[in-house]
Amino acid sequence: MNPAKMDMRHMNVTRLIIVAVGGQGNLLASRVLGEAALLADIPVRMSEIHGMAQRGGVVESAIVFGNARSTIISDGEADILLGFEPSETLRAMNKCNPNTVVITNLSPLPPFTVAIGKGQYPDLHLVQSIIRRKTKKLIAINAVELAKEAGNVLAVNMVLLGALIQTGILPVTIDNVKEAIKTRIKAAFVKINLKAFDLGFQSAQKN
Amino acid sequence: MHKLLTQEPGKKLLLLGNEAIARGAVEAGVALATTYPGTPSSEISANFFNIAKESPLYFEYSINEKVALEVAAAAANACVRSMCVMKHVGLNVAADALMTLAYVGVKAGLVILTADDPFMFSSQNEQDNRYYAKLSGLPMLEPSSVAEAKEMVAYAFELSEKLAEPVLFRTTTRINHSNEIVTLGDIITPVTTGDFPKDPFNYVTVPAVSRNLHKKLLKNLAAAAKTSEASQYNFIEGNNGPWGIVANGVSYNYARDAIRDLKIEDRVRLLRIGFSHPMPSRLVTDFLKGCEKVLIIEEGEPYMEENIKAIAQEAGLTIPIKGKAEDLFSRLFEFDPGMVRKNIARYFDISYTPVTPIDLSDIPDIAQRPPNLCAGCSHRATYYAVKKAAEGKATIYPTDIGCYTLGLLPPLSMADFLICMGSSVGTSCGFSKTTNKKVISFIGDSTFFHSGIPPLINAVFNNHNFTLVILDNGTTAMTGHQPNPGVDMDQLKCSGYGRVSIESIVRAIGVCHVEMIRPFRIKKSIEAVRKAIDFEGVSVIIAQEVCPLYAKGLKMAMGKPFYVSDKCKNHRDCINELACPAFFIENEKVKIDPDTCVGCTLCAQICPEHAILPLKEKSKIR
Repeated sequence: MNPAKMDMRHMNVTRLIIVAVGGQGNLLASRVLGEAALLADIPVRMSEIHGMAQRGGVVESAIVFGNARSTIISDGEADILLGFEPSETLRAMNKCNPNTVVITNLSPLPPFTVAIGKGQYPDLHLVQSIIRRKTKKLIAINAVELAKEAGNVLAVNMVLLGALIQTGILPVTIDNVKEAIKTRIKAAFVKINLKAFDLGFQSAQKN
Repeated sequence: MHKLLTQEPGKKLLLLGNEAIARGAVEAGVALATTYPGTPSSEISANFFNIAKESPLYFEYSINEKVALEVAAAAANACVRSMCVMKHVGLNVAADALMTLAYVGVKAGLVILTADDPFMFSSQNEQDNRYYAKLSGLPMLEPSSVAEAKEMVAYAFELSEKLAEPVLFRTTTRINHSNEIVTLGDIITPVTTGDFPKDPFNYVTVPAVSRNLHKKLLKNLAAAAKTSEASQYNFIEGNNGPWGIVANGVSYNYARDAIRDLKIEDRVRLLRIGFSHPMPSRLVTDFLKGCEKVLIIEEGEPYMEENIKAIAQEAGLTIPIKGKAEDLFSRLFEFDPGMVRKNIARYFDISYTPVTPIDLSDIPDIAQRPPNLCAGCSHRATYYAVKKAAEGKATIYPTDIGCYTLGLLPPLSMADFLICMGSSVGTSCGFSKTTNKKVISFIGDSTFFHSGIPPLINAVFNNHNFTLVILDNGTTAMTGHQPNPGVDMDQLKCSGYGRVSIESIVRAIGVCHVEMIRPFRIKKSIEAVRKAIDFEGVSVIIAQEVCPLYAKGLKMAMGKPFYVSDKCKNHRDCINELACPAFFIENEKVKIDPDTCVGCTLCAQICPEHAILPLKEKSKIR
């Protein structure tokens, strides 16, 4: 019976969707962002659908920063869409509105349905032109190449995280994220991951 | 030390809902926990499993939910705080124990967690287990957030002790699998040993005893109703009217966000129900009295709606109360913030313009990405062997619950019927009796232990005619590689466990035709399946090969990758019949991704040109 409970700080809410294919490390990327928000003292709520992650299915995370209670994001309500795989970025366009900023990796991982002739993989130029036309901004990078440059192809998630932070839309700082990477990732891999993060950040600047 | 054993009250951690729940139980001094794994509850018990290695907690993976509840029920009646964790459909399995345990009650706190799965992200149905509380007469708690879940678990133990009844704790997937910042509390040291004083006329539920116990249950239920009225988990926010909203679980979050987004704080009273059985009738009546119209927001069935309408009738209130309706909320699937915002605006006639979604009409069709059996998964080989062995025969393939259910998808298409754990075996009896088709059913090792044994006994006794293929990959793979009684626990560096042989069980049941196969020896496997199919009566094939993901996790030796050599004539049998995720097409030719291939050799064995070869000369073919 506490009316004060209704009184809320009207902090801005930022909604981020991350889509990936199982095994690309998006759950770790989400965890790093969550830790970064904890370090920045920003309320954060995240939800994820896993379970099938290791069976090659799509893995989706929703991360809500700021003073909202929901842990999921409705269609059309993402402020940012981060896609780890170009066809999955396109498939997640239902989460976007004309003001959404989209970041995508450009290295395709065609689903096996393409190999058995049960579907078409979309043309990469078409993917980019559609997204560019319908949303506020598209940042498209070859995260696999940059991850290899950083020293490990598995660092794709950190490359994309770098690009994401570069947009400045999320209420966490570069330092918050780097700190979170250090706490969440095994010491032996921190250097490569930080390098991958920087390469992604720089690549988004040029985009 | 395990993260969830951290002794730093006040420390903030980012926790998954299931971690927060496990932590809540640890803080409450849980001394015994049992489970059968099931998404979305699995990580709770995965954490208990590890916590038990370095704390006084006793934890076990029981063979099914009924046994899990029986173990916990005994412990709680021996004065030891206990928890039993399962997914929603698990409670169906445990229901027999649950219904009469409610009569008997408990001496120490017993919390039974049921993880419901609206939208069926990983379940066969989306049943609403709030009705189990009503059916059994037990109290039910439902958190709305991860942080609340932790607090509420601790409260559930106290409540259970206060009422001397087990407490049902209901989550939904979006609680289990959300992350939030949680503040740690103090940990109560668990009391791991109690006592069970004999009192058969209160514990042995023969009719004369149960007649008394039912009276006791109703008394306890009345006490629970009183507690629900005053519970901190049932509360009203905003003393303003005239609009009333009632919400539970995650719907409460969506309602709160919507009220803010629609800027209607000064016109709404919000009743959050977290102690949902028994419903707090007086609190609801008081709430309704201040409202002109009321909207009830709950995923699943109209559980609160039915209750609240009945309460309104008792109080002589005729205000409009709506929830489930064509133009409002559905009983189907999960809710989301936008849907709740839209329905609140519609019901209370608030002008509101939703965000303009982008036009999706000109987005090309994108090839689907369904989950698939992993590269090197032996189920693919077993399915292939059965398919070849049964070629030309009219077949029915009852299947069961596990990774192998993915055999449903083309090109394998090896699943025809599934209703619940263990149903492959029971339904095989019915199909073989009533059709002229050859029935060949599939069940995994863990599912066989869970509920495949009684129907196999049934099949032998009643002389049914089918072939059961037990897919033994040495772990409970689908839910995250939990142990089961057939698992070699030494591999997990765990001591003090027994081990049960599936083959011995099958032979002991009296199955006359039993054969073990190694599915990657494909010719031999096809031959063995052929013989089993030709056998009149119950035949069993046990296909043994370790799950490649499990093997990888345990750093067991893996095979070396293969490649498609230029002997390939593009028959594409490999890709069209096996659809292993390691294959891809490049320049109209089949290629194998060496990072995905684990060298199971199946495709190499079926290639008509023998064109698929080990990538390096020195690598071995199994």
